[in-house]
Amino acid sequence: MKDLSLHVLDLAQNAISAVADLVAISINEDAVSDRLTILIEDNGKGMPPELLASVKDPFVTTRTSRRIGLGIPLMLAACRRCDGDLEIVSSLGSGTKLTAVFRYSHIDRAPIGNMAETLVTLILCGINEKGSVDFVYTHMLNGRTFVFDTREIKAVLGADVSLTEPEVLAWINDYIKEGLANLHGGVQ
Amino acid sequence: MKSIQELEEIRRRTLETINVRKDRSGTRVVVGMATCGIAAGARPVLLTIMDEVKKNSLADVIVAQTGCIGMCRLEPIVEVYRPGEEKVTYVKVNEGKAIRIVNEHIRQGKVVEEYTIGAEDK
Ligand SMILES: Nc1ncnc2c1ncn2[C@@H]1O[C@H](COP(=O)(O)OP(=O)(O)O)[C@@H](O)[C@H]1O
Ligand SMILES: [Mg+2]
Repeated sequence: MKDLSLHVLDLAQNAISAVADLVAISINEDAVSDRLTILIEDNGKGMPPELLASVKDPFVTTRTSRRIGLGIPLMLAACRRCDGDLEIVSSLGSGTKLTAVFRYSHIDRAPIGNMAETLVTLILCGINEKGSVDFVYTHMLNGRTFVFDTREIKAVLGADVSLTEPEVLAWINDYIKEGLANLHGGVQ
Repeated sequence: MKSIQELEEIRRRTLETINVRKDRSGTRVVVGMATCGIAAGARPVLLTIMDEVKKNSLADVIVAQTGCIGMCRLEPIVEVYRPGEEKVTYVKVNEGKAIRIVNEHIRQGKVVEEYTIGAEDK
């Protein structure tokens, strides 16, 4: 993957596949401790212990269209290349939590990439018969925080206007882009 | 700054047009968004399609995702389903190809043959 936002997109897709209705994504850039932490937590169906024990192995997947699972091993490799690691906690029926850690200043650490596009894509991908998956995205940079929550957007839109209306998605994309730009460049 | 007020205006505008488009049987555009697709560039393809649909006000087009289609080396893959027509599968799609697919196939009904899986196999 070219950047970390693509890994996040891919791993959050696992949560959607696991029929989560809420996925929390958080990114913490902390220059002081020189750590970049990415957390993806869902309330989906979780994994049985045997699967959890083997899921970092690329030859493990429950999908049927292809025999190799790649998403988790790719993220693990990216973390390990940067003096970090990937931890997965999961239990059947209550959900899954992935914590990916990188050394922030590591020369091989991929850039974070475009999180606005990742969120917009996830919102589109989270549409199902029952409605749509909710996402909470928290981005921390050296102690300052930006939060985006689809439940707040839904409250404004009401029941008749979908999150996936093209105009709404465009608004969300710009809103996140601006929020992150403020976090990075805004006044302290 | 993007404001919630703007979002409320979008809501109002959308509600005004929503009744007009109910029960129209539209075109479905599906993008493969598994690991292989994402790594090959499916995200910008999906968003480009959304963008073109919005620019051209193609209200009866549904854009959706699917998992791994099982042809990883041909990703990004885009499938177009038009009512009453056979499914068309486009392979190795990028942003430029996506724009042509929306404008020629979805808007005008002309399949972009050179990007289809049939052309790739030749
Ligand atoms: N958030 C999750 N909730 C439940 N199961 C998961 C989750 N993430 C991964 N899995 C399980 O781990 C397997 C391997 O995941 P991954 O490495 O992303 O490969 P793939 O998604 O291609 O199968 C998945 O097929 C799924 O069974
Ligand atoms: Mg996966």
